[in-house]
Amino acid sequence: MKMIQIVGIGLFLIGLAVFTVMPFLGDYTLTEEQVLANTKDIHQEKMAEILTPMYGDTYSSNFSFLSAYNENFNEYNEALKAESKWDEVIWDDYSFPLAQSSLSSSVRDNPWLFFGLSIGLAVLGGLMYNLPKYQDEPAGVKNNGIFHSSMKNRGWMGMITGAYLILFYIILYWFPAYIVNQVWMVTPLSMILSGNPASQWFLYGTIYTLAIIVMGVRMFRKYRGNKYQQLRTASVMFFQTAFAFLIPEILVLLNQPYFDFKNIWPLDYDFFYDYQIDTFLSSGGVGLFMLIWGILLIVIGVPTFTYFFGKRWYCSWVCGCGGLAETLGDPYRQLSDKSLKAWKYERVIIHSVLVLAVLMTALTIANYFSGFALLGNVTNQLHSFYGFAIGSVFAGVVGTGFYPFMGNRVWCRFGCPLAAYLGLVQRFKSRFRITTNGGQCISCGNCSTHCEMGIDVRWYAQRGQEIVRSSCVGCGVCSSVCPRGVLKLENGSTENRINEMPIIIGNDSIKINA
Amino acid sequence: MSSNRHVVIIGNGIAGITCARQLRKLDESLRITVISGESKYFFSRTALMYVFMGHMKFEHTQPYENWFWEKNRIELKEAWVKSIDFTAKTLLFKSGENLSYDELVIATGSKPNKFGWPGEDLQGVQGLYSKQDLELMEKNTQSGVERAVIVGGGLIGIEMAEMLAYKKIPVTFLVREAGFWNNILPKEESELVSRHMREHHIDLRLKEELDEIISDPNARVKAIRTKSGEEIQCQFVGLTAGVTPNIDFLRNTELEVNRGVKVDFGFQTNIPNVYSIGDCAEFHEAPAADRKQVEQVWYTGRMHGETLGYILAGKEVTYQPGIWFNSAKFLDIEYQTYGTVPAQWDSENVKSFYWEHAGGKVAFRMLMDKQNKIIGVNNFGFRLRHEFFDQAIKEKWDGAKVISQLDKANFDPEFFAPYYIEIQKAFKDQFGGNVKVSKKSFIQKLFGASV
Ligand SMILES: Cc1cc2nc3c(=O)[nH]c(=O)nc-3n(C[C@H](O)[C@H](O)[C@H](O)COP(=O)(O)OP(=O)(O)OC[C@H]3O[C@@H](n4cnc5c(N)ncnc54)[C@H](O)[C@@H]3O)c2cc1C
Ligand code: SF4
Ligand code: SF4
Repeated sequence: MKMIQIVGIGLFLIGLAVFTVMPFLGDYTLTEEQVLANTKDIHQEKMAEILTPMYGDTYSSNFSFLSAYNENFNEYNEALKAESKWDEVIWDDYSFPLAQSSLSSSVRDNPWLFFGLSIGLAVLGGLMYNLPKYQDEPAGVKNNGIFHSSMKNRGWMGMITGAYLILFYIILYWFPAYIVNQVWMVTPLSMILSGNPASQWFLYGTIYTLAIIVMGVRMFRKYRGNKYQQLRTASVMFFQTAFAFLIPEILVLLNQPYFDFKNIWPLDYDFFYDYQIDTFLSSGGVGLFMLIWGILLIVIGVPTFTYFFGKRWYCSWVCGCGGLAETLGDPYRQLSDKSLKAWKYERVIIHSVLVLAVLMTALTIANYFSGFALLGNVTNQLHSFYGFAIGSVFAGVVGTGFYPFMGNRVWCRFGCPLAAYLGLVQRFKSRFRITTNGGQCISCGNCSTHCEMGIDVRWYAQRGQEIVRSSCVGCGVCSSVCPRGVLKLENGSTENRINEMPIIIGNDSIKINA
Repeated sequence: MSSNRHVVIIGNGIAGITCARQLRKLDESLRITVISGESKYFFSRTALMYVFMGHMKFEHTQPYENWFWEKNRIELKEAWVKSIDFTAKTLLFKSGENLSYDELVIATGSKPNKFGWPGEDLQGVQGLYSKQDLELMEKNTQSGVERAVIVGGGLIGIEMAEMLAYKKIPVTFLVREAGFWNNILPKEESELVSRHMREHHIDLRLKEELDEIISDPNARVKAIRTKSGEEIQCQFVGLTAGVTPNIDFLRNTELEVNRGVKVDFGFQTNIPNVYSIGDCAEFHEAPAADRKQVEQVWYTGRMHGETLGYILAGKEVTYQPGIWFNSAKFLDIEYQTYGTVPAQWDSENVKSFYWEHAGGKVAFRMLMDKQNKIIGVNNFGFRLRHEFFDQAIKEKWDGAKVISQLDKANFDPEFFAPYYIEIQKAFKDQFGGNVKVSKKSFIQKLFGASV
């Protein structure tokens, strides 16, 4: 390794360390004004009263602050619950805004400094490590040592990375009050972009986008000389930065609804939720355009593009989840399970999620038009179940946290309802396939090993068959790593797309009467 | 033929396994047993290098999951066959067990050549063919190897060099000929590969031969001496001067053997109900003018197995290979060939068109006969379609027609540089005639695809 890369790793680790210790900095002092400012009108009075014991006390850590908060808050709620006074119980969670406003810390005082020391150093270090990669080697397949690496083959480094990611997601989704320092850190950036203070989701979006960029640079290095890989990497970097990160924030700055133009239902599962529809309908022409745009993508965009190019147009060129998987997740692609059993599970699970998402949405829309007369409560419970189980646990904690254990496409392969929809089109009505180059396959297994979707590509290639699989995201890596030039991603005639070759070409002994 | 007869196949390589699979597809009822001493499950020998370099784990080299064999009722036996009693139709294993057969297929593959060099059995000296060789090589290169020497310039040699480079072990490569693999590759192609090897810091020594391997006090290699008298300090020696049929246990029996087991085009040996396929089979005469009596490549092993599967299922077929094709990878440069492109040809009867990219890593050659009909192609650094050339060569297309349609033959991934356009231009310059030069597509222009 070069000196600059070692320094890069050092800087990255320092940045990561600063980011990790940040929640432990500063102290928390709550005042009544803060409570009044951060609670809904209907709760203001009650909350101000409940939290009275905390006023003026300075808590030296988020743990002590939040435990005092929870103690007071729960005491109040538990008593009501015991008496079954359900309508008086306060269901809203105010821990995040209260922790945020009561914090005084060096991070809050010097957000840019800490931004630079944590995220800034990590990004700089990551680039210093990635940019010089493979510099004095000819272009080619760069898979050396993957299965000898503790990071990439479920060694201790992989385990630690996975555990860190899982912990991060759990805190982000369910305990954001513990990371208010980091949220303060990105607040000035948020102010610049949208004119609004940051939430934990803005923090997440920032890190997510930077991860795709830094690791996208790694992809450029790794796939030097491979235009397909470079272009699709540039594409996901662009769509994440512009469509998922910047444009929605800028829309907010312009007083328009927050909207990611490339997110498609049912991945974007709350697209048809009542509050979303209300937002669209109450935002004039722009809102209406967003609603129509979203619907057009679902009913025309997906089938048309998938017919012509396969699901890859979305999954490995546009999608944000796919973008993270293909950049940050690329070092783990080989960990996907290739067994037939895994394929069976995959089909059952992913199509179940699709059915669930469709049912939930149908119910939501029915409710909307029937004025919430129908099963209003069931819909809400379904929403929170789906949001928790699929939106957070599956897509987030498992989807990304499990990269180092089960490969980078766990969510895309087993969970994403949009992938299921795209996959059905790809399987049954599309011009896309991976062509096998006649009899050239030597059954080496590179293609299957490095397929992130766990497709046993070799199974087809070694018998001269084209590969037509609903799950293939068209990343093109099987084709890149094949040492014999056997695989080509192609859009072509739909005739004979699925071919059962009785004999592989090159052997004239056996005549087939066609 | 009774349908519950027992077919026993010795060797679970591509030839034996393809035969077993094909036979099972055609015949539900007969009993099939496949034997190998090397490993219980079929694995792809061609991928051994990738296991060494950490691209894959050994289990990834196995093309079928373990349940596959039981499901298809292909019995597997992990054992070494010591001898065969052809009269009693019984195999005797090293372990002392027996197994009887009704029909026997010998598909025992090859073993690395050794030419009786002094010191060839020292520690740290080895070939690369089997799973055990791979494990030995891992052990031999674990530590303390400051330089390695590879003897014999073929495909396995260059794979070994790449493997050693992964371990950052400097390699000296001794090649007897004046150019790398120049008994197969024409001069320009051979030079292209040699350049690329040197780019990877391989110390390639052409026209240099091994004289002896020198031992240290512990019977380990410490150096080699070349025929020109130079002594090279090294702690590892790879012997990759070709392979030879692995049939020693069959010599001096009633089975007719020469280099390999002698067979006709139905893979029938001189003993009824005994067949041989794959690397270890030797045809009485070459199956075609451009073919050899012993064919030691993956693809031919597969075709032998495929064909014998039909034969054993009672179909009347004889082995008839189609248009020759092959492929390899020299470090980062892929190579494919279709049809006949020998290392040398007589320029009276054969016309050659050769194009090489300015970067020196992409090349294309097409040989044509006197009437400009295509005979074969070599391509380096880009990919061409098998089906296209199988048809063009079979139907003896005019060279100009082949070149005009080269865009359809291109098999490189989307967005890659359109080398075929440059090749078309070069061909037009050199041979004139009715050649259509493809236009860049809109996408190619959009992304500024250049060659
Ligand atoms: C490193 C390497 C790379 C290669 N790369 C390529 C390539 O890229 N392209 C290509 O076309 N070819 C390649 N080859 C050659 C190709 O692998 C062989 O041609 C092919 O594997 C031969 O198949 P086979 O079935 O005839 O024999 P094998 O694969 O050798 O199988 C024979 C089996 O029989 C077993 N056996 C032998 N004797 C006995 C016995 N007495 N009892 C029990 N079992 C026995 C052996 O242990 C072995 O497992 C490569 C070879 C090597 C070693
Ligand atoms: S089959 Fe190939 S292109 Fe499709 S997902 Fe797997 S590696 Fe990517
Ligand atoms: S990587 Fe290529 S040669 Fe190897 S198994 Fe896959 S298709 Fe066949």
